[in-house]
Amino acid sequence: MRNLLPWREPVPPDGTMGEPRARGRFGEYGGRYAPESLVEACREVDAAFREAWADPGFRGALARLLAVHAGRPTPLTPARRLSEALGVELYLKREDLTHTGSHKINNVLGQALLATRMGRRRLIAETGAGQHGVATATAAALLGLEATVFMGERDIERQSLNVFRMRMLGAEVVPVTTGSRTLKDATSEAMRHWVGATGDSHYCIGSVVGPDPYPWMVREFQRVIGDEARGQCAAELRTGVPDHVVACVGGGSNAAGTFAGFADTPARLVGVEAEGGAGAARGRLGVLHGCRSLFLQDDDGQITQAHSIAPGLDYPGVGPEHAHLRDLGRARYVTVTDDEAISAAVRLARTEGIVPALESAHALAWVIRAADGGDLPAGSTVLMTLSGRGDKDVSTLKELL
Amino acid sequence: MTNTLAAGAVERHLRARRDAGRGLLMPYVTGGITPGWTDYLRAFAAAGADAIEVGLPFSDPTLDGVTIQQASDTALARGASTRRILADLSGMPDLGVPLVVSTYYNLVLHDGPEAFCAALRRAGAGGLIVPDLPVHEADELTDVAAGAGIDLALLASPATPQPRLAEIADRSRGFVYAVSLMGTTGERADLAASAAELTERIRRVSDRPVLLGFGISTPDQAREARRHADGVVVGAAVMRRVLDGAGPDDLRTFLATLRHALDQEYDRPQ
Repeated sequence: MRNLLPWREPVPPDGTMGEPRARGRFGEYGGRYAPESLVEACREVDAAFREAWADPGFRGALARLLAVHAGRPTPLTPARRLSEALGVELYLKREDLTHTGSHKINNVLGQALLATRMGRRRLIAETGAGQHGVATATAAALLGLEATVFMGERDIERQSLNVFRMRMLGAEVVPVTTGSRTLKDATSEAMRHWVGATGDSHYCIGSVVGPDPYPWMVREFQRVIGDEARGQCAAELRTGVPDHVVACVGGGSNAAGTFAGFADTPARLVGVEAEGGAGAARGRLGVLHGCRSLFLQDDDGQITQAHSIAPGLDYPGVGPEHAHLRDLGRARYVTVTDDEAISAAVRLARTEGIVPALESAHALAWVIRAADGGDLPAGSTVLMTLSGRGDKDVSTLKELL
Repeated sequence: MTNTLAAGAVERHLRARRDAGRGLLMPYVTGGITPGWTDYLRAFAAAGADAIEVGLPFSDPTLDGVTIQQASDTALARGASTRRILADLSGMPDLGVPLVVSTYYNLVLHDGPEAFCAALRRAGAGGLIVPDLPVHEADELTDVAAGAGIDLALLASPATPQPRLAEIADRSRGFVYAVSLMGTTGERADLAASAAELTERIRRVSDRPVLLGFGISTPDQAREARRHADGVVVGAAVMRRVLDGAGPDDLRTFLATLRHALDQEYDRPQ
């Protein structure tokens, strides 16, 4: 067989973040490890995305939605006071200023528009803290689609305001009561639900995970971050290209989108994971939720629960392309602790007047540590994606500070 | 391309029984669900099972409905693992019925396909089902399994296009696992209409035994399934009873009703 499936032509696995190789592979990672009942649905998404992405009409419609609804392009903000204190030139790509307050909207508008093109009338999504769920509910309302969002019961308790936001936007929020009742279980439940709903529903995955074509497609919808930042850096940085490009990594969608804009430059790419959710830094080869990648596992091969103060980093794995970039040495993956992230959030608030999401604060925490420790030589230029705003984390921080 | 790998013991056993006119019954149990869980296997054999599916519980069973999810959680909470379950199987006398292990691919990759299949073989298992390993990803496992004498049965779904179905039937060993409906495992009120259509499409391209699974939970459904398929897989209906406290004798009684239904005369639609 092997030729039965009209998949992509191979391209060299050179770390420049082009199309994945045949069979949806990034090196040895990726693939389409979906139950047979979802394989045809994945193929349809793949075919529809390839056609849409090659269609200037689709690209134009998406660009317009991103501009008039999501507020793109987002600014590049020099972090002047913090830069001075750290001895580096730090620039922030402000995804926190998008509509709904995080980069999630970039991907969701793309997938919602694709779903419309495919004739689907409903979006299915998983959510952890609720950011992707809110973005999905928003895009569904905007395009006249229904939305069903799966969310772990524990997360529903912790994030009641986002649950309310989703319902206000007209989405159905389904509590997931099995397993650890958090993001990984919500993802499993969304996949189970999709099996019975492929005819009329599109599964709108929130990160660069899942069966092919999702890791590739979601990265392409997020590459607007990196592409915009590339142009903005060229205009504003004395080095043109930053020396370092830094982003936080849960599943890794804002990092993938950011890195995609710089993978063919000399910039050093750094993905920052939570200490308790370090799939790229500490995961082992495995298969979960449709893709082959690196996952936190116990000695028996059971997936373990991630723990992070930042709910968006609370996923026990990492997208397959990140696993590949790690193996190639093209990107480096580091971890920071909850405490470092909290300190970084406070420091950004007090030096730049920006309250970052705790996820984004992880990226900043590494910049601070690396500048202090000499990992970032004095005078380095650093681009950091500020993936979301911190409003959602204010009550968490209030308890701790 | 026709796959030249020979079928193993599970397929020979099932073909012989099918060709003798017998409706095939494959009940499922989650390994490690109770301290004496292997007693269920003896009860299944005594009730007339033609093969027995033993699930290795996984933390994230994405194709299973709530019953098997609960069974998996329960077994894992008891400390069940691939190693312990296979050790339990190794300690059993031959039941005269092939054992087919089922699990998610992460557990296969965790040990590595070769070590995993060798361990299955040592434990006396003859077959393997991996629901999240579709045919286009199966290369890594098919030859290794065949080399270890393990029949790797592939799943076919109502959504599978016909050319791909032919590929699945060709590369499957032991039997073809026909997923009766677009959904997860779990009991249903009626046998889905898609079951008949799918088994008919498989039969058109293969004479391998076809077992129908997902949602078959009553004697009436088994009898209806028998009209189309060579036999049935019964999982959630068994595990719901186990979770409710039913012992091996209770399960033997329940499975005997399915055995009886499968032994009835039936009309196969032409």
